[in-house]
Amino acid sequence: MFVLFGLSILIFVISRIVPGDPARMAVGERASEEVVQALRESMHLDDPVPVQYGYWLRGALRGDFGQSLVTRRDVSEDIRRMFPATLELGLFAGVIMTLGGIALGTLSAHYKDKWVDNVVRVFAYLGVVTPPFVFGVIFLLIFGFWLQWLPATGRLSQNVVAPPVVTGLMLVDTLLAGDPRAFGDAFIHLLMPGTALAMAGLAQGARLTRATMCGNLGKDYVAAELGLGIPERIIWWRFLLKPSLIPTVSIVGLSFAATMGNAFLLELIFQWPGMSRYGVNAMLNKDLNAISAVVLMLGLVFVVVNICVDLAVGALDPRIRLIAQRSE
Amino acid sequence: MPAATEFVAEIDAAVVRRHEWANRVQNMRRSWYKFSRNKLSVLGFFVVVLVILLAVLAPWVAPYPQHAGPFVDFKNASQSPSPAHLFGTDTIGRDVLSRVIFALRPALIMGLIVLAIVVPVGVLLGLVAGYFLGTWLDAVIMRITDIFIAVPALVLALAIASVLKPNLTNTMIAVTVMWWPWYTRLVYGLGSSLRNEDFVKSAELEGAGAAYIIFREILPSCWGPIFTKMSLDMGYVLIIGASLSFVGLGEQAPKPGLGTMVSDGSNYLPEQWWLAVFPALAIVVVVLGFNLLGDGLQDMLAAEKGG
Repeated sequence: MFVLFGLSILIFVISRIVPGDPARMAVGERASEEVVQALRESMHLDDPVPVQYGYWLRGALRGDFGQSLVTRRDVSEDIRRMFPATLELGLFAGVIMTLGGIALGTLSAHYKDKWVDNVVRVFAYLGVVTPPFVFGVIFLLIFGFWLQWLPATGRLSQNVVAPPVVTGLMLVDTLLAGDPRAFGDAFIHLLMPGTALAMAGLAQGARLTRATMCGNLGKDYVAAELGLGIPERIIWWRFLLKPSLIPTVSIVGLSFAATMGNAFLLELIFQWPGMSRYGVNAMLNKDLNAISAVVLMLGLVFVVVNICVDLAVGALDPRIRLIAQRSE
Repeated sequence: MPAATEFVAEIDAAVVRRHEWANRVQNMRRSWYKFSRNKLSVLGFFVVVLVILLAVLAPWVAPYPQHAGPFVDFKNASQSPSPAHLFGTDTIGRDVLSRVIFALRPALIMGLIVLAIVVPVGVLLGLVAGYFLGTWLDAVIMRITDIFIAVPALVLALAIASVLKPNLTNTMIAVTVMWWPWYTRLVYGLGSSLRNEDFVKSAELEGAGAAYIIFREILPSCWGPIFTKMSLDMGYVLIIGASLSFVGLGEQAPKPGLGTMVSDGSNYLPEQWWLAVFPALAIVVVVLGFNLLGDGLQDMLAAEKGG
């Protein structure tokens, strides 16, 4: 909560230190002075800055970010329409990241110093040093154009009827509409941008899972369990996986911020009709109301995701649960 | 005879200096030995050196230096890679290899300048917050840091870069604004634990001031992790810079930027794949170099600590 409040101030300050008059920019060079003045008043631009912030925050809390300075459309309306697509992409990437990272890391730790481990390690290293948009371009080239396994752009194929919008998440909507063909189509459209977006976090997750697992493997409790004759499979699944998940889950939560940022670039590459493309356009046009709304929405996503991550870590780690109970 | 004693003292000082110098050389040799045992770190080191040389010597090593600017040669436009144009040519006939080499310049300059500003600021704030652990100064600095860390770095940089004019300087400003908190976090963590070490306590008991303790007692122990992070961050600043220039914020045409080249090139996929792929690979190679180097430094420091 505190973070969101600070973020709102930060965004507001950024949006008001722009050189130039936003009202003049909105109506254009040739508008008369009266029109500009009227707009200035309706935007509260003549009030002192803290008062402006008050107006802005009141609007933002009600979900009203004002009109776009460029298209004159309602910003909240636009965001509501486009946000689900970005959210879907981000969540999908988050799932791939977490599951893939844990799976690869576990595999790597299990075959420590064998070829499987080495392959995973090289892969993870490349994943960390390659920006997601590079993955996007390379995937697009290989799977979209050369092999033509996956559709290159958009959320659905032309010949598939879009389901009625309920949540805006295409996967959920197609399921609700009971349309498995559309679901499959939405899924393969999501696969390439989602995976490209997930690569960095996936690589990080795999490295971390491997490291913690190898660390835990050397601990006394594992030796004791082995000594008791508990089968290795059970030790791995029940006693090693769970404690090793905790750092991975936390880091995936943290890197989710970067993921949402990178969604900007991938939406451009894959022509994904989400909020980020809208945001980039707003940024290139200096559409302040739209920019601040987009950034605040992303901040909100980050905060919500991290609350979920904290809950997940609490569920995984009995020590944290105990501390929380004691402090209550 | 005062002159004689002075003379002796001078010789002593010279001997000590020489000894110190020899020690330092020996230390450096030992460090290099530790560093060079990991072949990958050495590879990273050489990649970084090569990249820096290429960037500095760009006008002399690029096959077609004039292609880095507003140059048009429609006769040779859109050629696939060949011995004459190793990376092919773009849609108006410019040599992609030359442009990639020139694009290394803004990328490296950006990394250097951003770090040159971010490191002192972030480190100083971290030291202060760590030293005044538990006071209001600590609380204020660290809460502000939290806010900056919570915003997606790229988004914040995008927002800042977009309200300013799109050019390299403003992109650097944007990246600088969102990068310092990580150093504050790092140094805060180190500093707040060092704060209770015996050597800090004893300096405090001897009446040393806050500034003395912060800079002379705590800071020297933090350099290792800071250097390591700087090497890794060169790579990440490069990525952020390329990402910003990918959406059109950053070095403006006709000057080449790695991100811009990838994004322009991606419009000509799949026929003219070389336009996007080579600049993209260049980004990966440079970042990989800095990362390998950083990891090598980290291992070296860990080894020194261990023995």
